[in-house]
Amino acid sequence: MNFFILTLIKTGILLFIFMTTLAYLQWIERKVLAHIQLRMGPTRVGPFGLLQPLADVIKLVTKEGMIPSHVNKVFYLLAPVIAVTLALTSISVIPFGPQVEIFGVTTYLQLTDLSMGILFLLALSTLGTYGIALAGWSSNNKYALLGGLRASAQLISYELPMALAIAAPLLLLNTLSLREMVEAQQGYYFGFIPKWTVFQVLPLQVVSFIIYMISGFAETNRIPFDLPEAENELVAGFHTEYASMKFASFFMAEYANMTTISFIAVLLFLGGWHPLWPAEYGSDYVAPLIFFFGAAILLFHGLNPARPKDKLFMPPFGIVFALVGVLFLIPALKPILIPIFWFTGKVGAILFLYIWIRGTLPRFRYDQLMNFTWKYLFPVSVVNLMLTGLVVALMS
Amino acid sequence: MPTNYTELYFPILLQFVIAAVLASTLVSLSFLLGKRARSPQKDMPYESGMIPVGDARERFSVKFYLVAMIFILFDIEAIFLYPWAVVYRELKLFAFFDMLLFVVLILSGFYFIWKKGALDWSAEAPRRRK
Repeated sequence: MNFFILTLIKTGILLFIFMTTLAYLQWIERKVLAHIQLRMGPTRVGPFGLLQPLADVIKLVTKEGMIPSHVNKVFYLLAPVIAVTLALTSISVIPFGPQVEIFGVTTYLQLTDLSMGILFLLALSTLGTYGIALAGWSSNNKYALLGGLRASAQLISYELPMALAIAAPLLLLNTLSLREMVEAQQGYYFGFIPKWTVFQVLPLQVVSFIIYMISGFAETNRIPFDLPEAENELVAGFHTEYASMKFASFFMAEYANMTTISFIAVLLFLGGWHPLWPAEYGSDYVAPLIFFFGAAILLFHGLNPARPKDKLFMPPFGIVFALVGVLFLIPALKPILIPIFWFTGKVGAILFLYIWIRGTLPRFRYDQLMNFTWKYLFPVSVVNLMLTGLVVALMS
Repeated sequence: MPTNYTELYFPILLQFVIAAVLASTLVSLSFLLGKRARSPQKDMPYESGMIPVGDARERFSVKFYLVAMIFILFDIEAIFLYPWAVVYRELKLFAFFDMLLFVVLILSGFYFIWKKGALDWSAEAPRRRK
């Protein structure tokens, strides 16, 4: 098939799925946080509040899109556009699965495989600082200025341990291309321990992974590093003067960055789409079993309803779950769906960790935050990198 | 596996253009759909309900500049590590000792900055050391 048509189709599908995921990530976050705090979360709009993201978008779009007269107009409007554009561009180099054949077309589940993929992602994430810094400065508001300054200092400070933590597994993988990275992690030690980077050179790569995740939390301004938007000191930080969809754009960018950080973590440390244990021991049946189990629970509660509306909503969802489970058993779809299942499963686990930590930890003080990265994370990541280098040099 | 530049970079360009169009549409959509209600109070910078004194074009702490400069120095070091990591298995211990020398030099600079107090964020910390 023509390369350009294929790329257009792939980009369209990928963006559609990615935007839907971003919208529902918000819903999942609200639900999980609510249940951590013994609340129900969104329940009113649609069954289980599932239409909440749609309602939010309609509300935000119809709000007044005002530009205050004291702002620097060009940069004020440019800042959210920069943030969203850069956050969405980064998914173009992420591989979601191996080479597959769909309707007779052989293609990779990836838009393009750059030979310097990981550097491209690091460059984009550093450029993302501009969106936040410009938003803070152009708003001409003291809270926004402080938030923007804090954010830029924090983002560049945590960029450093992150870059070093990424360099350590690269010593083992010896490639910058994201797909080759995953292919290098194929196989199992003793037939059952996966050859993921995080399990190699124990425990040095576990340290790299932890440093990477901590910097990742700081890079996306998430709790416990959400100093740029600390509401009890700075109102809303860099987006104090933003309203309507411009305000939501920053959240969209934040969620997109969160997903990108999780993608990199999975590709670099957790073996991409390779299953946790080999297919000989039945790792192919995990996906259908999970979906059948979910379907069974939903159908059981649908037939023994605790609330009257459960009888209406639970069985359809149960049937959908069962059908998705059956899809995993069809031999023609198996080589496509199983890798995607493992990849999204791992990314989902890391995203859940983000939400879990948001529901658990308080916020740092700003001097603690800066001391932590410069005086602890940076030296530790340098030492970890050199130790990894020594072990790899002696072993090979 | 595509090798020519068009096939490698066209998808990124396409994604970038679509993302930019999407982002500008999102930002401009609320101008078209939203209602307009302006008032002098609404136009003020938000300062928790106080009337703002002056604007935000003020001086701010020099420490932010310092962090930016230190970052540039050390981030260049980090970028040097990437090509080194890619060829590491071919050069082995030779590469290790070369990089060890480089890292020790960088870290001695880092030690100097640390003892100079450039990494301290609370104001009293450097004074206490005298």
